[in-house]
Amino acid sequence: MDTLEIIALRAETNKTEILKGINLKIRSGEIHAIMGKNGSGKSTLCNVVMGHPKYKITEGKIKLNGKKIEKLPANKRANLGLFLAFQNPTEIQGVTLNNFLRLAKNTNAKAQNKKAKHISPSEFLQTISQSMDLLEMDKKLAGRSVNEGFSGGEKKRAEIMQMAVLKPRIALLDEIDSGLDIDALKTVAKAIKRLHKQTKCGILLITHYQRILNYITPDFVHIISNGKIIKSGDKKLAQKLEKHGYEKFVKEPA
Amino acid sequence: MKIPKRTRKILEKISNQKNLLRKLGFRTDTKPVYKSPQGLNTNIIEEISRQKAEPEWMLTLRKKALEIFFKKPLPLWGGDLSKINFDTLHYYIKPQDKIKTKWENVPKKIKETFDKLGIPQAERKFLAGTGAQFESEMIYHSLQKELKGKGVIFESTDTALKKYPKIFAEYFGKVVPVTDNKFAALNSAVWSGGSFIYVPKNTHVNLPLQTYFRINAERMGQFERTLIIADEGSSVHYIEGCSAPIYSTDSLHAAVVEIIVKKNARVQYTTIQNWSSNVYNLVTKRAFVYENAEMLWLDCNIGSRLTMKYPAIFLLGENAKGEIQSLAFAKENQHQDTGAKIFHSSSNTSSKIVAKSISKNNGRNSYRGLLKVSKGAKNTVSHVSCNALLVDENSRSDTYPTMKVEEESATVAHEATVSKISEEQLFYLMSRGLSEDEAVSMIVNGFATQIIKQLPMEYALELNRLIELEMTGRHER
Repeated sequence: MDTLEIIALRAETNKTEILKGINLKIRSGEIHAIMGKNGSGKSTLCNVVMGHPKYKITEGKIKLNGKKIEKLPANKRANLGLFLAFQNPTEIQGVTLNNFLRLAKNTNAKAQNKKAKHISPSEFLQTISQSMDLLEMDKKLAGRSVNEGFSGGEKKRAEIMQMAVLKPRIALLDEIDSGLDIDALKTVAKAIKRLHKQTKCGILLITHYQRILNYITPDFVHIISNGKIIKSGDKKLAQKLEKHGYEKFVKEPA
Repeated sequence: MKIPKRTRKILEKISNQKNLLRKLGFRTDTKPVYKSPQGLNTNIIEEISRQKAEPEWMLTLRKKALEIFFKKPLPLWGGDLSKINFDTLHYYIKPQDKIKTKWENVPKKIKETFDKLGIPQAERKFLAGTGAQFESEMIYHSLQKELKGKGVIFESTDTALKKYPKIFAEYFGKVVPVTDNKFAALNSAVWSGGSFIYVPKNTHVNLPLQTYFRINAERMGQFERTLIIADEGSSVHYIEGCSAPIYSTDSLHAAVVEIIVKKNARVQYTTIQNWSSNVYNLVTKRAFVYENAEMLWLDCNIGSRLTMKYPAIFLLGENAKGEIQSLAFAKENQHQDTGAKIFHSSSNTSSKIVAKSISKNNGRNSYRGLLKVSKGAKNTVSHVSCNALLVDENSRSDTYPTMKVEEESATVAHEATVSKISEEQLFYLMSRGLSEDEAVSMIVNGFATQIIKQLPMEYALELNRLIELEMTGRHER
């Protein structure tokens, strides 16, 4: 059982406070959806939890399995089993998806267990190949530079493909549904559900729209506004939100 | 998506070679058979020529070159040359009596040096011929029997002067004359060693030929001279590598490379320069390329204190092609002043320059380029691209491109970029579990890939590893 705890978290960037006291607890096997308008702080939450150096934590704690991680660099958090699927994955010239992901997989395995066996390039080809099948991806992408020249949909698929390879304990998925057509959304959602079932990981799903929740049923739904969670509930809350819009909740904080 | 078995094996082997690369800087304790006293004068020139038992014309040429060297001032552009003390250098060090063609016969200490650098292993695996220069002389040279049978010549330049005096005299000093520049004059005065290659008409040397240059002594001047003649319709790929131990005093490496690529021929010249940080590397490299022929300089500069090197291509015949691709890496106390020169002297010629540089820890890179299209050279096409990557705030990169286009029908494209490693890229890689060092070296390697992937695979892997070591600082030099 793994647990990610976010305790009274406040964070700023360029002297502007964006997170204003977030509390959240995610356990293995749970799916939490966080919904909110643009600029409500939902992407910032993902980035702060993953350790983006652009943000400064001014108050509060982040714990993974009881261990404080808010001062650790992003790679140490990843080594402990945390993963972030980016909303806008960056492009890296000349670094192939295959090479970089193999190094990441080996580094994480080594960090978790010093005696972990090194995965050879040929073994890894099998792993990445299976994960690409899961996302119905063109295998050629594995040999291309990370995200370079990928379409919007290919980038999103590649993010979840990386999750499938790295098998995190807690995954933060930042608007994984944005920019996907309906068929791609179904494929990505199916893959996330499959991974969730297989690995029993905890998932924090950030979304602007309720659409993806038709395919992935959350255990908990939280509404975020102005850097705070203003309401939490079960999947019905998402449906209400879809019906009435954000304004209703923002005006009547719980 | 399958990795061939051969590649896998090499990958495994290279990962075991980590130590080898870290130890390039070792010294070998060996007694030379002759070492010229410090400084430079006519007596030293005469002694070099006497020891080599050269024909009179060569001694005359050396003496003339020495005068030119003394007369010409140091260039005021480029890097800082003011700290070179020409009076303290040893201009000729002869490590053994005779060049060897069997590896077993090389003196033990010298053999050990090259064994540590992996030279004989490489020869057995993927080379058609190998040379090794230690201090001033080639100590070993060999070529596959089959190629010898076809009339291919691959010898030390000194040997070639004796064995093939006619062809030697026809081409030596014709591409880079003694009057060309101060360091070409110096090289012409004291030259020793280097490779001489002649590939007969319509002959293809399918595997590369390689020479490795090692400076071992302190305050050493190494002045090899390389001459490559690819006759009509032939092709050859030559690779040079180099390294030296680090000393607190400076050494000088001033080479001259002359290449003649005749009609329909192709030459690729690959350099992996990894001198230690006390070596001044001042090299003149030039190729004459005739009708429908092709020249590629692939120039990687990782080491040295200061490198000033601008490989040049003269496109002298119709449809000739020239390409210069380079990678320069400058870290603390290093200045890589590198570039490329292309002269379109004939119609329908085309050229491409790709120059990439990486600067780190106060390192400085300068790109100095010249592109000239002469009047009457119609319909030429050239493309120049310079990309600089700054790894941190303190590093520096400058670009000095010069273009002289005298022909309206010329198509010239030029692009230059300077980029930094972005926070987003670092965060992305680190969020997957890579340490900051690993992420940086991955981004840097990615930047250099376009050049590195053109190297033979064994070198590509070595260079990747080298950059990784430089970036992560896990380096003993």
